[in-house]
This record gives sequence, C-alpha cells and structure tokens, in this order.
Amino acid sequence: MGIEAALTAEGFATLQLRRVVNWARRSSLWPVPFATACCGIELMGTACSRYDLARFGAEVMRFSPRQADLLIVAGRIAVKMMPVLQRIYEQMSEPKWVISMGACASTGGVFDTYACVQGCDQFIPVDVYVPGCPPRPEQLIEGVMAIQRIVDNDGIPPMGPDGRRIPLGLVVEPTHVVRPQPVGITVGR
Amino acid sequence: MPDTPPVNILDHPTLKVVRDAFPGKRLRATEFRGQSTLIVEPADLHEVLAFLRNDPRCGYNFLSDVAGIDYLNYPAATIGRFAVVYNLACHARDDRFFVKVFLNPSLPTDGNADDPALCVDSACDLWPGAEWPEREVFDMFGIRFRNHPDLRRVLLWEDYPAHPLRKDYPLRGRGEREQYRVVDRASQ
Repeated sequence: MGIEAALTAEGFATLQLRRVVNWARRSSLWPVPFATACCGIELMGTACSRYDLARFGAEVMRFSPRQADLLIVAGRIAVKMMPVLQRIYEQMSEPKWVISMGACASTGGVFDTYACVQGCDQFIPVDVYVPGCPPRPEQLIEGVMAIQRIVDNDGIPPMGPDGRRIPLGLVVEPTHVVRPQPVGITVGR
Repeated sequence: MPDTPPVNILDHPTLKVVRDAFPGKRLRATEFRGQSTLIVEPADLHEVLAFLRNDPRCGYNFLSDVAGIDYLNYPAATIGRFAVVYNLACHARDDRFFVKVFLNPSLPTDGNADDPALCVDSACDLWPGAEWPEREVFDMFGIRFRNHPDLRRVLLWEDYPAHPLRKDYPLRGRGEREQYRVVDRASQ
C-alpha cells in the first residue's frame, strides 16, 4: 500500500502508532455480505476481478460476523429477517461499520408493504448509504472508500453526548453517467 | 374459426362423472378459456376431492396448488366472500381441473380471530403436497384446515396480528413493520 516509498534505505520508519493503526484498519476492511436480493449480485460483481474490491483491501468476504468489521446490507429486509440482521450486527466486534447498499436497504425501495422494513437504519446504525437500484460496483467502492477516508483521517469517529458512537450517516452521491454501449446491440431483427 | 368464441361450454368430461357420482350434492360449475371449475359446498369438499383422486375416470393424481381468494369489492356478484381453489392435475391425460369452495366469515375479518365459518377439510391425507399451500392460505387469508398435520404460519412470523392478503387489510400494514427493537451503537 505504498509504504515502501516512505521507508528509508535502512528500512526504518518512524510514525505515530495511531496512524499505523488507522492505516491498517482502513486497508483491511473485511466485509460480511448480508445479501438478500439483487444488490447481492452486484456485490459479488464488485468483489470479482473486473472491479476487484481487493484493490481497496476489502476482498475478504467473511461469512462469520465475528471476523468482519464492515457489514454490507445489500437488499430488502423483511421484518422476519430483522432479528437475524441485528444479531449479526451485534456479533461483530468493534470497531465496525455498516454500509446500506441500494434503495431497498436504505428506504425500502419499491417494497412499501406490510412485511418490508422501510430502511434498515431504523433498527441498526448505518454509516454509509449507497444509492442505486442496484448500485454499480463503482458506487459501492465509493462507499467503501468513504469509510476508508474517515478511518484514515480521524480514526474511529467521535462519540455523541451520550458516549455512544455516532453513525457516520454519509450518503454517496450518484456518479453514474449514461454512456452508449461500446458494442451496438441488436434488438429483434 | 368462429367470430365469437362460445362461452361457458361445460363439456369437461369430469363434470359429468362427478355429477353422476354425487346425485344429491349441490354442485356448480364454471368454465373460462378452456379451464373448468367445479364449485362445491364446503361440507362436500373432502369427499369430492377424494373421488377426483381415486376414481379411475378422473385420476387427478397431482395437486398443483391450493390458492385462497378474497372477493371483497369484487365487481361481480359472488357466492361468498372467500374462496379456496384446489388446482388438480392428471398426468396420464395431461388434464387440469379446479375445485372451488366459497366461504363466508361469521366474525369481523380485521384480526386473526379463529372463525369457525372459515374452515374446510384439509386435503393433506389425499395429496401430502397440500401441506404447505394450505399453510400459506391459512397464513394469508386466515382460512383454517381441519385435520391439517401442522397448521402454522409459513411466511409471516408467529405472532403476526392479521392475515394480510385479505382485502380489508391495508397494504402498508398496521405498523407491524415499525414495531421492532432498535439496536444502537454500543458505547466504547
């Protein structure tokens, strides 16, 4: 991650411990994918070789929440699924962050019905909201990088007046620009 | 090809077989686009279904689906408020047949009260595959099935206070999706 350039010829470097810890934390965000819907497919695409989430140190998808520090909620959450999501969140050890990926996880999306949670931030803290239906991998990477920037600059975010950590509450701006297809598509004959 | 297709031709061979086998029963039938439906009284349902499965002229060996219907605010007049439809199939003849019962509630339908009028005999002893579809009909419409081996909700959670596919139930629920415990950041 570029630390070689900062090393002297003798192979030593002096730096603050806090910065090393922050560097290590932001360079090895291990996500637990809570993929319940089509956003999960895009999450898989983000982790695969074309978009390669490994470039940002977040490629180790951990299906055990105890070994993860980034919860990616990808997809709609039914009320019956809430206890599972909350239990997974509670099982993660601090420091931990949460990305709400896509319209359904953030707001309920089109599923405005009796059994669908209208935004998982009503019941668990959410740090970064990634819009889209589903978001493109670039946008999810932008969400991961938003957390990385916070971790790298400030370490663990400050606490509120009640001594509890405040969710970051960042919203990633939609960045997608519509471009023509690189290869023409033939529809019908 | 005729200009206007003929409507309501009740010529399904099973209809005649059933009519001859149950002379005293009140049976009705409809037809829509080649699919015939037999409407029976709730008390006769199990007997008729058993006949349709066991009689060699019928031989409906497969139960495709069990569906519930709520006819509240239906534009046309119906026999009852609720209906249960059994979708039968015969593999040997590649034939499909529908059996329908109408039910009228005797209690208010806004809760999950155990209404004795919304109850029919289960078909689980005839087709074991009826177990989960009947559980779904119970879950969504509150229609109970007598002699069902395991009549629990199948999709919604156990203490859900209503049956949501009833037409008098609001689409967004009555606050069930908001009433849940909130997990906060643990203080560090």
